[in-house]
Amino acid sequence: MPKFPEHIAIEKVHPEAVLDWHENFGDRTLIVESKQVVEVAKILRDQFGYKMLVDLTAVDYLPRRPRFEVVYHYLNLQTNTRIRIKTQLEETSAHLPTLSDIYPIADWYEREVWDLFGIKFDGHPNLKRIMLYEGFEGHPLRKDYPKTKRQPLLGPQN
Amino acid sequence: MSTVSTSEITAALPPDEPEFQHQEMMLNIGPSHPAMHGIIHIKAKLEGELVIESEVDIGYLHRAFEKSCEEATWNQAIIYTDRLNYVSAAINNIGYCMAVEKLLGVTLPPRGQYIRTLMSEISRIGDHLTCVGASAMELGGFTPFLYMIKGREYCWELIENYCGGRVTTMASRVGGMPHDLPEGFLDQCLWVVKEIREILRECHVLLTKNRIFVERMKGVGAMSGERAIEWGWTGPCLRSCGVGYDVRKDFPYLVYNELDWEVPVGTNGDNLDRYLVRMEEMEQSCRIIEQCVAKMPGGPINCDNKRVMLPAKKDTYENIEGLMNHFKLIMYGHGIRVPQGEVYFPVEGANGELGFYIVSHPDEHSKDGRNDRAWRVRCRPPCMNPVAGLPEIINNYMIADIVPTFGSVNMIGGELDR
Amino acid sequence: MSNHANGHHLDMTRSLSGSVVTTRFDKLLGWARKYSLFQYPFVTACCGMEYMATAASHYDLDRFGAALPRFSPRQADVLWVVGTISHKIAPVLKTIYDQMAEPKWVVSFGACASCGGPYDNYATVQGIDTIIPVDIYIAGCPPRPEAVLDGLLKLQELIQNQKHEWR
Repeated sequence: MPKFPEHIAIEKVHPEAVLDWHENFGDRTLIVESKQVVEVAKILRDQFGYKMLVDLTAVDYLPRRPRFEVVYHYLNLQTNTRIRIKTQLEETSAHLPTLSDIYPIADWYEREVWDLFGIKFDGHPNLKRIMLYEGFEGHPLRKDYPKTKRQPLLGPQN
Repeated sequence: MSTVSTSEITAALPPDEPEFQHQEMMLNIGPSHPAMHGIIHIKAKLEGELVIESEVDIGYLHRAFEKSCEEATWNQAIIYTDRLNYVSAAINNIGYCMAVEKLLGVTLPPRGQYIRTLMSEISRIGDHLTCVGASAMELGGFTPFLYMIKGREYCWELIENYCGGRVTTMASRVGGMPHDLPEGFLDQCLWVVKEIREILRECHVLLTKNRIFVERMKGVGAMSGERAIEWGWTGPCLRSCGVGYDVRKDFPYLVYNELDWEVPVGTNGDNLDRYLVRMEEMEQSCRIIEQCVAKMPGGPINCDNKRVMLPAKKDTYENIEGLMNHFKLIMYGHGIRVPQGEVYFPVEGANGELGFYIVSHPDEHSKDGRNDRAWRVRCRPPCMNPVAGLPEIINNYMIADIVPTFGSVNMIGGELDR
Repeated sequence: MSNHANGHHLDMTRSLSGSVVTTRFDKLLGWARKYSLFQYPFVTACCGMEYMATAASHYDLDRFGAALPRFSPRQADVLWVVGTISHKIAPVLKTIYDQMAEPKWVVSFGACASCGGPYDNYATVQGIDTIIPVDIYIAGCPPRPEAVLDGLLKLQELIQNQKHEWR
């Protein structure tokens, strides 16, 4: 399969950054080195016009190693093209550089990923829980968090 | 009456009283506050009546949509999608089902696609009516609210006629639609469109030409197009800033590219433009509905893949193949077997790009590398971005301007907090 | 009344018939209270849409003397808990309930408020009656407006028949 133009441009600057790529189900996907997500985001924005960070989320593939995948979806409004950037993280080193300097919306998306998956974002200005409350222990969207494990602030502890 | 100068007032004050207290004040708005329909918490730092800094706190309606979907089968998860954007539930159902269909590689026959388009647009009108009506009510216009809720009631009666539910519709299945259109439905659609047009005309008179309403909305909460893109705004909020991005036009799905309609675009990105864009979108949705009614093809509504779609009830009850087919799709551990992979599928929700990122990944029980339930369902909530950008459009405006600004971004708790 | 039925009383009743109604003070208070319910809608989720529909002109909650939503718990008699209550919002709900003045009633609107509904998970309170007392439960996800009106009538019946503290 031929490489995407974005892939070639990233390889020019960071030869080791892209680990794999595919176009399954018509969604163009690059899997990149976790240290390079900010550099990749800058190249996509400045050279290819991916001005919008549509979505940022994570997936827990327990028991697979590496355990986590963080997924970025970018959109170019001029050419109507999308690209998905994925990066893989081990549980022991579950942290990534923040994108909130480049895309302001990444602030909330990253807080959500921290809250629900426990993946830290280095350099984030305000990394605290967004969906749950202070005092909640654990990260509920991890596969090893039971769905019904409640931590109520009031009322019966079931 | 002679005018009084400030120095005279100062002189009249008791000597130990300071002239005017310049003091910052923190004001908590919400989580339960009449202006915050839904539950959301805005912490505003005020100087006099001016908001100089603010912070938005969400998550009060977090009810584990994504975790619940991981434990439900592909079709069971539809009930949770109902409760994302509960004002236009059918769009969520259809968006989710289309994402799963993209993984499965099935498409609906034309009649099914037309029915989906029709249901989406009816829901969109209902959503916009609620948003505009509620924000008009918060500015004191109770009549437009009542008129618009009347219009929404007509839309919901249509939806109820189709699927039996008013708010939570379940108006779609993976690989098909739950029902064919009931008798007389298309004529009823045309009647509703006529009524909605009349309501829009009345509300234009009551709101667009109302000086109080316009002056509270115009120039308030303005956002530039470039900044809106950085915040990831989509939908009416982005279009009001002059960026004509609409998933229905730019990434056409269903039958939108076969129909003749336009994308309304604003210029200033202020509250008035957001209001006007929504009003015009309802008119465009009316046009889409009319064309769907005129072009509605005959034929089947579901895909003919027996591994995806339940057989007709008649077959289930009357022959063994149908019965087995039914059980194979219903029994625990069987169900729809979706191949391994991941997709992102966007549709145009009422608030903007509603995307579903779905991962199918075999768990330890899977023998064929496929799974009867999702490994991960991520909903890209369209109203999260405007709410995240809310501080930018309420800072440096008066505190009373929070009300129309917050109303015009159309925060929906279900999809914001999931 | 029957054990007071002496001749004098009968006379009075006969002479005043048509212009005077005799009742217990308690019952009168219940009658007055049930038709002037000031409600505090604690609207969180999907059910709010049906609450809105019920309050608007199609179904018209106004007919039953429950027209005015008061957004201050101090001024409200009935707390409508409309929608899912998550663990994060639960302390707010409790505070609001505590702030309301007696007499007060609580309506649990919809499946989520009554028992958690479809959300049996880490985030959701499994019924508000684990936090505050509830008088009327309205079933449905969300309840149809007709069900809401039925719930309101049931609440009125309950108010009419309960013992009222009037001092």
